[in-house]
Amino acid sequence: MFQPLPPDIAQPQFALEIRGLVKRFERPAVDGLDLAVRTGELYALLGPNGAGKTTTLRMIAGLMRPDSGSIQVVGIDALADPVAAKRVTAWISDEPMIYDKLTPEEYLEFVAGLWGVEPALAQARAQELLAWLGLAPHARERCETFSKGMRQKVALAGALVHEPRLIILDEPLTGLDAGSARQVKSVLRERARAGGTVIMTTHILEVAERMADRIGVIAHGKLVAEGTLEELRRQAGNHASNNLGDGASLEDTFLALVAEPAEAA
Amino acid sequence: MIQTGTAVWFARHESRLAWRDWLAMMTAGKRERRRRLAIGILAFVIVMHVVAWFVVGSFAAAAPDKHMLVGITATLLLSWLLMVSQAMESMTRAFYARSDLDLILASPVAADKIFAVRISTVALSVATLALPLAAPFIDMLVVRGGVRWLGAYGVILAMGAAATALAVALTVGLFRAIGAKRTRLVAQVVAAVIGAAFVIGLQVAAILSYGTLSRTSILQSDAVLALSPDAGSVLWWPARAVLGDGTALVAVLALSFILLAAAVAIVAPRLGDYAIAASGIGRSPASRARRALAFRAASPRQALRRKEWLLLRRDPWLVSQTLMQMLYLVPPAVLLWRSFEAGGGALNLLVPVLVMAAGQLAGGLAWLTISGEDAPDLVATAPMPPRLVLRAKIEAVLAIIAVVFAPLVAVLAVASPWHALVTCAGIVIAAASATAIQLWFRTQAKRSQFRRRQVSSRVATFAEAFSSIGWAATAAIAAVSLWLAIAPAVMALIVLGGARYLSPRERYA
Repeated sequence: MFQPLPPDIAQPQFALEIRGLVKRFERPAVDGLDLAVRTGELYALLGPNGAGKTTTLRMIAGLMRPDSGSIQVVGIDALADPVAAKRVTAWISDEPMIYDKLTPEEYLEFVAGLWGVEPALAQARAQELLAWLGLAPHARERCETFSKGMRQKVALAGALVHEPRLIILDEPLTGLDAGSARQVKSVLRERARAGGTVIMTTHILEVAERMADRIGVIAHGKLVAEGTLEELRRQAGNHASNNLGDGASLEDTFLALVAEPAEAA
Repeated sequence: MIQTGTAVWFARHESRLAWRDWLAMMTAGKRERRRRLAIGILAFVIVMHVVAWFVVGSFAAAAPDKHMLVGITATLLLSWLLMVSQAMESMTRAFYARSDLDLILASPVAADKIFAVRISTVALSVATLALPLAAPFIDMLVVRGGVRWLGAYGVILAMGAAATALAVALTVGLFRAIGAKRTRLVAQVVAAVIGAAFVIGLQVAAILSYGTLSRTSILQSDAVLALSPDAGSVLWWPARAVLGDGTALVAVLALSFILLAAAVAIVAPRLGDYAIAASGIGRSPASRARRALAFRAASPRQALRRKEWLLLRRDPWLVSQTLMQMLYLVPPAVLLWRSFEAGGGALNLLVPVLVMAAGQLAGGLAWLTISGEDAPDLVATAPMPPRLVLRAKIEAVLAIIAVVFAPLVAVLAVASPWHALVTCAGIVIAAASATAIQLWFRTQAKRSQFRRRQVSSRVATFAEAFSSIGWAATAAIAAVSLWLAIAPAVMALIVLGGARYLSPRERYA
């Protein structure tokens, strides 16, 4: 489905680098976050409600300005040159951002226009994506009749039509049925295999466990653990109060990592 | 304790919801605004009563002759048509705004009770909505002309009941005739047209007969009086009821409530089916384009403009709103045509009407394009500076204004180049001002919230209205004397400056 990214495009080691990111509302939502996601990696960000996951992703996508810190997207300073960073980025929220009165075809034409994709190329990509996501039979129907899963797939097609280098997803599988969720997961894996980078938040630990190359656990706006599932188990086991065996599930590991000190004891 | 599931229990539930909805609409959901709201209402009531005291002076003790019967009947008919329009809107909402219908229809309570209550609530609400404007005049008529005028309150109630009965019949008729899907749009358009038709029809007739925009001239003409039935005719019963004729009042009330009761009895048991049909339209096969879309080359700005135009074209709400605006342009267009024939000075009347219409239309369009963005994150994450996004949206609005008003200005230019020039300048400035106000007060909202756009900022609403009025006055005076136009222009600029000062500060996009 996805062609590997052209070799002439410089591929930095990290598609995303965040240093000392801070965002405060009434209290710190993101509190000195450091994060690095390798190029071609599928990275899952986990954390309890209010941990700062969505705020972090919105700052990466350029939807919110941090109070301090730096964000590098494929080597571009996203705060100094947000337009250049947006050119190589796609953002998908848990609520699909589409227009009820447009058809998927019209929506993809619009998104391609916003990202300045050449029309013939955009049309070819759009047809491929619509077919890949099972939307081809509905390509000329207005989105107002679509289910949540179909709308999410239209949004995903829109995110991919301009071939972003970094895809940012906030809870992309929320509310999707099993079939739609599998399609979305498959598209994201394919994209990562083709050299794109995916960073996503999810509440579904099984998704992170099965899909992600690495998992970051965030709590109180800080990264508390990071790595593969094995590495996370070890980090959780290092907490003196935890007694996690080798076969501990991600759920056990996650709960051990984000537990308050008193709670863990 | 009221027994659950009864009509009275539903009525209490509905009235509580209606009260909270109204309060939220008036205070934008902020508790601290309640005190200001109460003071505002009190001030409004006092001012309206003072105005009414002076306006009703000569009518309060007048004899119920034919002139008066015609005048009162026309006023009642105008108000009643507006009530029908309002009731149709409410009925359409009852079918399509499904906030709690699923819950009600899934409960073991007979749905006809809740629908009977809802129809009655609509009747009561349309009558109540007429009161803020009507009550001060009725009160002053009572004070200056005696208690016989109290009958007017009864007539308002009767009008609300009859208007709701007709609205129910029209909406259900549309459901049966054209189906659930089309009814939503057609009912909205019909409601808008009904609301505007009477005023516009009278204005067009007045222009054709007398060359003026005044509605009263034709009503007081000998021709209309000669054509009117005798003073004893049933046609005058509502007017007689207003004037204190007890028999007429009882007859009007009885007839209206019989109509409403019949509508409730016939329609309420089936409304559940209609609501289910309306809910099914989301799942019915969508309208399909006939052939594949050929992607066109477009810069980001072009893509945004095209998207805005496409969405506006496909927006039923906007169609009805725009239709209203366009309908109000019919009388000036007729006036233009008459003036062109007669070469009269009536063109001076035309200039402010066009400028005002342009300002109002631009305000609505600007809200839809700037604030009513259904995919704000998508646009915000596009690789273009926020100022270019806004520029594209403003261009989309101004282009529509240009397309709508250019033909009228072109015809005006043939009749009077000077008037055309002033009108053109007025349209551009009024449209730009309304757009700027919407830009300063932009918020993030769904397009479906268009109806409630005034709620988000009262300052923006008033600024938009006063700016349009200011520029209309400026254009009207400029058509006669440029120097005198400076005063209203300065006032309009002050309104704009005040709006800018009160607008929220810059935000990150």
